[in-house]
Amino acid sequence: MAITEENPGYKWVGTRPIRPDGLEKVTGKAQFGADLMLPGMLFGKVVRSPHAHARIVSIDTTAAEAMVGVKAVITGSDFPDLAANGAHASDIDVANNAIAREKVLYEGHVVAAVAATTREQAEAAAKAVEVTYEILPHVLTVDEAMAEGAPLLHEGMITKGVDPAPEEPSNVASKILHERGDLEQGFGEADVVVEREFTTKPVHQGYIEPHAAVADANTDGRAHIWCSSQGHFQMRAYSATVLGVSPGTLKVTAAEIGGGFGGKTVIYLEPLAVRLSQRAGRPVKLVMDRDEVFRATGPTSGTRIRVKMGVSNDGKITAAEVWMAYEAGAYSGSPVGAAGMTAIACYDIPNFVVEGYDVVCNKPRVAAYRAPGAPMAAFAVESVLDDLARDIGMDPIDIRLANAAVEGTQASYGPKFPRIGFVETLEAIKDHPNYTADLGPNQGRGVAAGFWFNAGMMSSATVHINENGTATVVTGSPDIGGSRQSMALMAAEELGIPYESIKAVVADTETVGFNDVTGGSRVTLATGAAVVDACRLIVEDLRARAAKTWDVEVDQVEWVDGQAQHVDGSQPPLSLSDLAAKSGRTGGPISANASLNSRGVGAGFSTQLCDVEVDPETGVTRVVRYLTAQDAGRAISPDYVEGQMQGGVVQGIGWALNEEYIHDQDGVMENPSFLDYRIPVASDLPMIDCAIVEVPNPAHPYGVRGVGEVGIVPPMAAVGNAINDAIDVRMTDLPMSPVRILEALTEQRD
Amino acid sequence: MKYIAPSSVEEATSLLSTSPSAQVFAGATDVVPQLRAGRSAPEVLVDLKKIEELVSMAKDDDKWTVGAATPTANLTEDEAFSGEFPGLSEAAGLIGSDQIQNRSSLGGNLCNGSPAADSVPAMVVNGARAVIAGPNGTRVLDVAEVVTGPGQTSLEADEFIVEFEIDRMPARSGDAYLRMIPRTEMDIAVVGAGARVTLAEDGSIEEAVVALGAVAPTVVRVPDAEAALVGNTADDETLSAVAEAASGVCNPIDDKRGTVAYRKQVAGVLAKRAVLIAIERAEQRNGSK
Amino acid sequence: MARTHITAVVNGDETEFLAEDGTSLLNALRDEVGLTGAKEGCGTGDCGACSVMIDEKVTTSCLVFAPEVEGATILTVEGLADSGELHPLQQCFLEGAALQCGICTPGFLIAAKALLDKNPDPTETEIRYALAGNLCRCTGYDKIVRAVQEAAREMRGQ
Repeated sequence: MAITEENPGYKWVGTRPIRPDGLEKVTGKAQFGADLMLPGMLFGKVVRSPHAHARIVSIDTTAAEAMVGVKAVITGSDFPDLAANGAHASDIDVANNAIAREKVLYEGHVVAAVAATTREQAEAAAKAVEVTYEILPHVLTVDEAMAEGAPLLHEGMITKGVDPAPEEPSNVASKILHERGDLEQGFGEADVVVEREFTTKPVHQGYIEPHAAVADANTDGRAHIWCSSQGHFQMRAYSATVLGVSPGTLKVTAAEIGGGFGGKTVIYLEPLAVRLSQRAGRPVKLVMDRDEVFRATGPTSGTRIRVKMGVSNDGKITAAEVWMAYEAGAYSGSPVGAAGMTAIACYDIPNFVVEGYDVVCNKPRVAAYRAPGAPMAAFAVESVLDDLARDIGMDPIDIRLANAAVEGTQASYGPKFPRIGFVETLEAIKDHPNYTADLGPNQGRGVAAGFWFNAGMMSSATVHINENGTATVVTGSPDIGGSRQSMALMAAEELGIPYESIKAVVADTETVGFNDVTGGSRVTLATGAAVVDACRLIVEDLRARAAKTWDVEVDQVEWVDGQAQHVDGSQPPLSLSDLAAKSGRTGGPISANASLNSRGVGAGFSTQLCDVEVDPETGVTRVVRYLTAQDAGRAISPDYVEGQMQGGVVQGIGWALNEEYIHDQDGVMENPSFLDYRIPVASDLPMIDCAIVEVPNPAHPYGVRGVGEVGIVPPMAAVGNAINDAIDVRMTDLPMSPVRILEALTEQRD
Repeated sequence: MKYIAPSSVEEATSLLSTSPSAQVFAGATDVVPQLRAGRSAPEVLVDLKKIEELVSMAKDDDKWTVGAATPTANLTEDEAFSGEFPGLSEAAGLIGSDQIQNRSSLGGNLCNGSPAADSVPAMVVNGARAVIAGPNGTRVLDVAEVVTGPGQTSLEADEFIVEFEIDRMPARSGDAYLRMIPRTEMDIAVVGAGARVTLAEDGSIEEAVVALGAVAPTVVRVPDAEAALVGNTADDETLSAVAEAASGVCNPIDDKRGTVAYRKQVAGVLAKRAVLIAIERAEQRNGSK
Repeated sequence: MARTHITAVVNGDETEFLAEDGTSLLNALRDEVGLTGAKEGCGTGDCGACSVMIDEKVTTSCLVFAPEVEGATILTVEGLADSGELHPLQQCFLEGAALQCGICTPGFLIAAKALLDKNPDPTETEIRYALAGNLCRCTGYDKIVRAVQEAAREMRGQ
């Protein structure tokens, strides 16, 4: 492991204890979204559009309502018409995506939902809902959607970000532009210029737990929702919007979440479950089947990207021109904005234009997926950079070092970078034995790098000291990959008590202050900072109580190793358990809250090294060796930092080699199963070697940057560059499947 | 849906004769996904695993008899069977995960009618026969004759396969099966190739059978490849002829799993490789059964 | 529709429950027996999250019709610990951080147990192939494979 900064004497931070929620998860006790059973609970089932684009002419629910066991049937008309109420456009999109009103915009779009006594009854009733559609022409890709005369999804959509605004509507929701310097001059200074065009397909987050929600509505308008999500406060807000109620009427309890990767930051089932429960007067459970997850929940964008870059013979990038179009799915909001900001953010480039388009099409609305938008752009840019390095005969790490963004570099998206660790990740790769390991026949090696901002946003935490001196750390950030452990480790460090004395819990929306979603790699950073703040308030309080006990000034009291000590040693120390036991005499229970809007974001970089072996006769590619180096800032919980790094890499390998949405001509998804949507299996992979780089984020009390996302940015280019090294073929379309590779090899031979 | 588990072949055939909408199953590894997808809706589910003959393996001097509902894990775990028919054993072992292996069966793999069924080319090259029970007793049919098209078999609605008969592997013979999948596991074959050869005393190829999966509506034999092999050794020229013949016999489709061009090209590659493995195994089996 | 009465030994206890004939064993275990440790990730046998052992053979319970297990012996993740003492696999998964979200963990533990029952000293490759029917989207499998290796070592007394 490459640790670039010494651990400054932390006792708990940086250790590898057992996670607080582990026992429940290895014994089957942990309650995930679909596990809750309530007395009298009904089973729900959603009715979905079989068409990619159609007008809903009528919905007849009478047959379904008359069936045995059916307790409620709802359609779009059971929800307030937000458009008629003058709601914000983004809220209207959320509502219309949850249940269609006039048009269905993708296969799988919800048109109705039922609740019945048994699963079988609910399934039968869902089939009995009769929907009459007027089928409309559809567009499936950015090419089709941007073509002259393309059918429109939203008749009033005028492209934003273009001045003057276009007069005619189109499927282009918005344009983004970043530019600096003089492109023409930059390319003029180049000794070598490479220009290529790339395409990528939509890919799904592929969490193993399908979406699930249980709702129990009361007759007074209040309702309790249990759901597996990346942010139960966000689920509350969105559900309240769709239902047309005040957020305070809804209580949302976070079930354990079975993976999300960004895909569970949005609502699908929650408002439907509430409305069904209200209609039926009983609790209702809605759980998606796997094919519903694929057909109707957010993949990330399919894209078309053109990159032109020039370098001088000494390896300096003189100019970069990037054009990108990202599928948004049915409603605007592709991650092209982030793509534009991240595409060349690893490098200090004097002249560039980055132009991007957010394009709607008749596929499910995209949702966030790990560093949203960045991986596709990096695939394109890092592939072209690899070609440039080959053309000038430069080592792939050296060309990146020659252009790497460092502290003080003006980032391509605007601000100046503070202390960052990109160079350190490049050096960690170069120093690793994998970089010079022998390659066998048909094997090749590729390098690629990636950038992600990481997020801050709003978090709250409460820390309670129990009567025996143990502590409970309460946050509202769903724990998707071990964050309860990092919260407990930081609290142990602050309070000076053993990790085992701390219980970290995720509380419902009525028990803890507001927390933004678990996303953007923000929880250990921002919620962690709130925990640290709350612990520091506790320590201040404890010092004051000790001072009171000893009848001294508070500045005479220090908090060391979990106990109050008098600065001159004149008093016997008071441990946390001593103070807790006597809290009634010193001011009552010991507890503190902290809330913040984090401004301490620290950017994350990852550099990765991939070795592949390609079967030249079948086009099958196997990853034989993989190394990832990532700047964590500080690894609070190294086990789970590695887990994030390895998980991101493997998702990226799947994206590189096999994963893709396949639609037929009618816009119907052909591979909505884990059989044909091929995420990597254990036997596809080698061990994923990790080099954790620690260049502390100066704006966080422990130097945390956030680690969840950047790991998925480099793999597609790393794999593609390795394939190029192995067989001398530049793959520009994802996935780099055996069929595509054999096609490319055949072309090369002919 | 009603679940019934007959305990004898007779009970099962009479049940099928009187239940027009019955679905027989062994491991249900294909049946359940089809039910879930709404592709079938039988009134009666007939579980064949409680019939003793259907879950058994035996050999005599002439042949192996493998119950049609025997979990494929039993085949791969049986050292005598796997030693004698490594290609068939490996093909059966490719049907899904370990979890699936404890349920999937040769009978189910065949009767599901998928052109991509892994065990079928391997059964075909080994000349396996299906013993089929019906209301009027049993009949025997070459495995190659059972499937007539995707999802279609020549079995009547009241018939089912009781067991497979596979003649003992002769001396100087070997079999092999290879498939191409994008991952290393858990996929449906994009192309499958089975081969079996018997060598003459002088090491030349005396008999050869080559069969391909997933490249036509049913598993297909490759007679030109077989003809090219007989009387020759596996030199480059012969292998090229095998590959060319294999590619030529393909009648595949473009679908989500592969293209026509890819399947043709890779069919040749796998046929060649399977033949080489079969020859290597044949060379190692120079005497006893 | 009338439901079928089924008796099976589940995690050591004789257990009776009712289920419709077409109901999966998975749904019967979850809805009728109250054991929600086995999860449905796909319902088609592709993800392994519902893995249980039936008469000591691992299988995906989503592909089993509930009436098939009449008289059978079933082990789910809830039955893996012995009188409160964790199975070495459970302990090694905890210590080796072999889970992130944890949804696939019950299936992996059962599949890994099935492997080690048959093969107490598997190679890395054997572990990877034996677990290929269990999908994990969080970990990249690295720490899972290591945890199984460690548990195998412990169970062999090394």
